Amino acid sequence: MPNRRHLLAAASLLLAAGGRPALAQARFNSLYMFIPAGPGGGWDGLGRAIEQVARQAGLVGTFQFENVGGAGGTVGLPRFVGQRRGRPDSLLVAGSIMVGATLTNRTPVGLKDLVPVARLTAEAGVIVVPAQSEIQDLKAFLEALKANPGGVAIAGGSAGGTDHITLGLILKALGHSAKDGSYVAFAGGGPAQAAILGAQVKAGISGLSEFAEQIKAGRMRALATTGAERTDPAVPTLKESGVDVVMTNWRGVFAPPGLRPEARQKLVDFITELHALPAWREMLKTRDWADAFLTGDAFTAFLAEDQAKTEAVLKEVGLA
Amino acid sequence: MDPISGLALGFGHALSLANLGWALLGCFLGTAVGVLPGIGPALTIALLLPITFQVEATGAFILFCGVFYGAMYGGSTTSILLNTPGESGSIITALEGAKMARHGRAGPALATAAIGSFVAGTIGTLGISFLGPVVVELALKLGPAEYFALMVLCFVTVSAVLGGSPLRGLTSLFFGLLLGLIGIDLQTGQPRMTLGVPELLDGVNVVLVAVALFAVGETLHLAWRHAGGEPEVRPVGRLMMSRADWKRSIFPWLRGSLLGFPFGVMPAGGTEMPTMLSYYAEKKLAPPEAQQEFGTTGAIEGVAGPEAANNAAAAGVLVPMLTLGLPTSATAAIMLSAFQSYGINPGPLLFEQQGALVWTLIASLYVANVMLVVLNLPLVGLWARILKIPQPQLYAGILVFATIGTYGISNSVTDLVLLYVIGIIGMFMRRFDFPTAPVVIGMILGPMAEQAMRQALTISQGDWLTFVTRPGSLAILLLAVAALLGPRVYAAMRRAPG
Repeated sequence: MPNRRHLLAAASLLLAAGGRPALAQARFNSLYMFIPAGPGGGWDGLGRAIEQVARQAGLVGTFQFENVGGAGGTVGLPRFVGQRRGRPDSLLVAGSIMVGATLTNRTPVGLKDLVPVARLTAEAGVIVVPAQSEIQDLKAFLEALKANPGGVAIAGGSAGGTDHITLGLILKALGHSAKDGSYVAFAGGGPAQAAILGAQVKAGISGLSEFAEQIKAGRMRALATTGAERTDPAVPTLKESGVDVVMTNWRGVFAPPGLRPEARQKLVDFITELHALPAWREMLKTRDWADAFLTGDAFTAFLAEDQAKTEAVLKEVGLA
Repeated sequence: MDPISGLALGFGHALSLANLGWALLGCFLGTAVGVLPGIGPALTIALLLPITFQVEATGAFILFCGVFYGAMYGGSTTSILLNTPGESGSIITALEGAKMARHGRAGPALATAAIGSFVAGTIGTLGISFLGPVVVELALKLGPAEYFALMVLCFVTVSAVLGGSPLRGLTSLFFGLLLGLIGIDLQTGQPRMTLGVPELLDGVNVVLVAVALFAVGETLHLAWRHAGGEPEVRPVGRLMMSRADWKRSIFPWLRGSLLGFPFGVMPAGGTEMPTMLSYYAEKKLAPPEAQQEFGTTGAIEGVAGPEAANNAAAAGVLVPMLTLGLPTSATAAIMLSAFQSYGINPGPLLFEQQGALVWTLIASLYVANVMLVVLNLPLVGLWARILKIPQPQLYAGILVFATIGTYGISNSVTDLVLLYVIGIIGMFMRRFDFPTAPVVIGMILGPMAEQAMRQALTISQGDWLTFVTRPGSLAILLLAVAALLGPRVYAAMRRAPG
């Protein structure tokens, strides 16, 4: 819908017309930002945060956004790959959700068709129980899960997503098969949180930010986080508790296929410069995002590992 | 802060000139996007999100709430006038509303929708102010098993729209269930019946199907059967509600509001189920002479009840958002992300930590409600005049409007193809007397019921008895059985001698 986009572009121009002097040499006159999710979600939030910081710093003249949501990003992905092939001024925002979604949906177009530019943020997951639950700590939870994995109903996001993979990895670490668990998928954070708060399920797994307020208010009890290090000093990680599982919900940016190496390098340089800005630190802090900056070949290697891990779990559950 | 002093504080802030201005702007924008099919409040607020970088929090949220309430008012307008619902909550309104408009009663239909929205909005907002925390705790006690039972109850309401032939009606229902299956299955992540088309992975949009069957199907049918006839102009009739209209509307408004609000509060409730239940209830409760208008010339009860239920449910959605920080609709999710861009983390502590903001927001809901009814009642005359357009041009306009609106939902050509394919199916359904409403009901309820059932069974480890051993679920199921068999038993007893 060009109208709305133009309107939005015009509106953003108006907002920008405060006349901030260009602080740095503009790297792109305009940048096309493709979000394979609806407005208002996590990927959209990251895309618009990049816009805000890059424009204020004068790194990019104007941004053009397109949102094509649905099915963990797999609706928008083929469109981006098809329409932006070889275009050096395009970025797509995606993350770990898409890794699982491309595998479960068996889409012909996958992450392999994108050029990884940089990983920017990562969010640890958290395992919670309702405040009134008899499970007091991670040890009790793991024991219950080990004794009868089917009896511990666990709520989370859509099947095959990060939350589901995390449960699968935990079960494997406990010596069970990933498909032994009782995973209850909910559409969106609201209904999942409601099911946990109402003790309809025994426990829940999701991103820390989803549950943070409920934990703070004492309505849910955090048992463990899933990152490599503690996010909340009072809550242990799975890894330090003897369960060798590290799983984060990361988000990053990708370029379309068919780019020349120097065009890719230009995008990497742009994101590296953006990441170094004090305004980006500030943004990470207000949004409560953990910095997970990784570019180029290191990011590509991480991606391959993440994909292999996800695929192994999904195969075992019978979803891929 | 207790509700009374909270509201006093809130009105103090909300009645400032700047905040009244934001409310008015929001109401105006909301009414406009409500009228346009495809663009809903969620998308509008998402597009307005950049203003959160510039405007202070109170102003921005008053604007958003104005948009939210305004869209609920505007949503019924196109349902009634053009048989083109703009959002899923006003699909049921189109059933009787469009029939009333066709028989020269567009004015009263629009008026009862607007006043009903005001009544329901006010009752809903009172509910938010005084009952919110209590109702939400009760709603949390409902699990997937209870939701499944509620959906079974809603399936009973299909009988109200089946029409003369149960065989045809049930065929339509199953067509709807089939359409609802398309897309990725939530519990397994596997695509179903997508035929390799990536756009179908997310399922078929129910508003698209409603617009295709109601508006496009009807237009094509008219062009096919009545081509070459004299172009007739529909009567517009009197604009305001008569004394009888008021009398027939008051109780449906109240019943609809009381039905809608709790469904809105339920984390997996939504606006569709209460509109269906309200329609069914009004059809059963209407006096015999009004019952004959249902499905023929259009009964005002069938507009007043569901429209009130829709608005009260929309207000109810704000309860879990404000009291627990739970986003239970797309609009609520986007509003929560707006909270976050102010560094406010909405959660159970929101009322304590941001009391002034929350109460100002609630007070501005009352203000927006009054503004909307004042804004919308004079528009009734203007809107109704659309029907003075001669039919060929009017229907051409509807087709253009439906096409643009559908493209607006997702900017996808696939959706346009679907719109016309389903529209052509709708044309043949009309030709061969298949009712179209059961398709939409099946499509809404089918996937919801399926997911709730499978969630409940996963939790119970495959034990089907969970539906009858949980008291809440059992009670609702018994109610469904009573609703299904009650009228038949009653009729049989009256027929039986002695």
